[in-house]
Amino acid sequence: MRFMLDQAQTDFGRTVDRMLGGTDTPHAVRAWARGEHAPGRAVWGRLADAGVTSLAVPEAYEGVGPLPVELGVAYVAAGRHAVPGPLAETAAAAVLLAGLAEGGTARSGQVAEDWLPRIAGGRALVTLAAADGGPYALDADAADAVFAVEGEELWLAPGHGPVQPSFDPARRLARPLPGGELLARGPAVAAAAARAADWAAFATAALSLGTGLALVERTAAYAGQRTQFGRPIGSFQAVKHRLADALIGLEFARPLLYGAAVALTSGPSGGAPPSGPVGDVRAEVAAAKVAAGEAAYTAARTALQLHGALGYTDEYDLSLWIRKARALRSAWGSPSVCRARVLAP
Amino acid sequence: MARGVRRPGASLVEWLLFEEEYYAAGAPGRVSQNGISLLAPTLFEHGSAEQRARILPPMARGETIWAQAWSEPESGSDLASLRSTARRTDGGWRLSGQKTWSSRAAFADRAFGLFRSDPAADAPHRGLTYLMFALDAPGVTVRPIGRLDGKPAFAELFLDEVFVPDEDLIGEPGQGWRIAMSTAGNERGLTLRSPGRFTAAARRLVALWRERAGEAESDAGIEAASLRDRVADAVIGARAYELFACAGASRLAAGGSLGAESSLNKVFWSELDIALHETALDLLGPHGELSDAADDPDAPGPWSDGYTFALAGPIYAGTNEIQRDIIAERLLGLPKGRR
Repeated sequence: MRFMLDQAQTDFGRTVDRMLGGTDTPHAVRAWARGEHAPGRAVWGRLADAGVTSLAVPEAYEGVGPLPVELGVAYVAAGRHAVPGPLAETAAAAVLLAGLAEGGTARSGQVAEDWLPRIAGGRALVTLAAADGGPYALDADAADAVFAVEGEELWLAPGHGPVQPSFDPARRLARPLPGGELLARGPAVAAAAARAADWAAFATAALSLGTGLALVERTAAYAGQRTQFGRPIGSFQAVKHRLADALIGLEFARPLLYGAAVALTSGPSGGAPPSGPVGDVRAEVAAAKVAAGEAAYTAARTALQLHGALGYTDEYDLSLWIRKARALRSAWGSPSVCRARVLAP
Repeated sequence: MARGVRRPGASLVEWLLFEEEYYAAGAPGRVSQNGISLLAPTLFEHGSAEQRARILPPMARGETIWAQAWSEPESGSDLASLRSTARRTDGGWRLSGQKTWSSRAAFADRAFGLFRSDPAADAPHRGLTYLMFALDAPGVTVRPIGRLDGKPAFAELFLDEVFVPDEDLIGEPGQGWRIAMSTAGNERGLTLRSPGRFTAAARRLVALWRERAGEAESDAGIEAASLRDRVADAVIGARAYELFACAGASRLAAGGSLGAESSLNKVFWSELDIALHETALDLLGPHGELSDAADDPDAPGPWSDGYTFALAGPIYAGTNEIQRDIIAERLLGLPKGRR
């Protein structure tokens, strides 16, 4: 039994993290928020070069996946650098299309052929609206395709409605327009959509964890150099203990995230070891989503409080992570919805 | 442990599995805990072959019950300021002073602890020596102290020129702090509270919640519904702790160490333990007030005793405030400050 990342997975995470550290993601995030997608797409291009966009796509469609552990590792790094765009939605859409193609109709096989190689290569950035994620499609204005699940139907939407401002301006929400092309229909759509929603929640949890880690790291650095009453504020216990609690939340979300990744690897019938208190794949993902979402949100509140007024400003880059933590907390399953899933019989 | 006089007879992962089964079976609390989780690892790392052969087998058989003698009336969180002394004498040491909150000392046979052997040392944590002594030795007075619910739990120890032979010195004189901290900082974060305690309790909590939620349809359903999120959080916390502990065991097995990460552990499990038991007692409504000694058919039984036990968690083995200082300074790199 091994309950830790192997060397290759650790190295992969470091590579992605270092690569993103070398790009000016705050610039890309601010441009994205204005509807200028070129710098953000350039970051996605580099993620594709590192192999990140191929992780949810099966080998049959030019991907290397599904590799949820590696995707988790990469998305934690993406969250740490606040990469903009429909990261969770693109991975979930890939799982959805691949799931429908498997044993599906000729049409669903063709849809997978059309989109999955482009997703794997980072040439297509797609988004997805489904019941589990609410009525909006994230970053529909930037996406090359807007997929919409309605009950047992999968549609390629003809476009999207007006972009609705989000608490996180870099998350651009829009409703898919009705109609378009009906890609698949039947119980298989609902089943594949449920699996895709688990992947979206898992990916969102990974992004949350990375977001929270960035907030704690930045705040610890700030508290170490900001001086009041003649000493660094980070030497005061009131400050230390708040940061320590934020870190505890994140460090205990981490094993749940990788536990969920292992559960996703073993498929719908696999999941937790029989000893675990959490039931199945859906419950494992939900547990990770609650823990990572709440921990990142706590980290955001801590970061905001310990930076004082500086943290409350738009112009200071900390705001990019603070706003994202709040938005990710409710994306693809609010804490309450996920807690109910953990206890579902 | 049975065959282990030079090293533990079981791996950490095997230990985790054993603990899981132990708690799943609802087995009772163990009087041997101080010896097994603290003294034994210390002897594996710092003791002599003779000490391991002499001390570990009766400890493993439960024939010798061990107590810890660390805190003093004036030295709690600031343990290194302790004042009880160990003075050299022919063939051994003489211990004098007062120890308190000595877990299990009210009924234990022997104790281990830190004593100041060199009052002239240049820093408080230097000049401390790690020694073992018998609680029925001449010069030892044990005054039991009841815990919050009155049950015997710990004791005050008054030591007046208590003789300790050289064979009961662990490691070198003056190295006591380093020896104590090496076990505290590494495995203790993992072995002090096994995840099995929480996974088993979380499963029982879910069963209790389902049972109460079923009943609540006929009377006050609102309470049960509002408690659902807390039940879920207990389940999530137990699962997180289980996986965190397994990851730690994997790292140790791969030759790594835990270090300050065991402080993350300590704060997490101690708060989880209280939240979990509070939730159970709240689910029990008016019956939650009854102690574990109550024999009413609706009495909370082990939940009540578990709650009382859990309340001590954030205090012992280094208060959670001290653990948060360690996390902030060693894991987040924040500057040291006045405590």
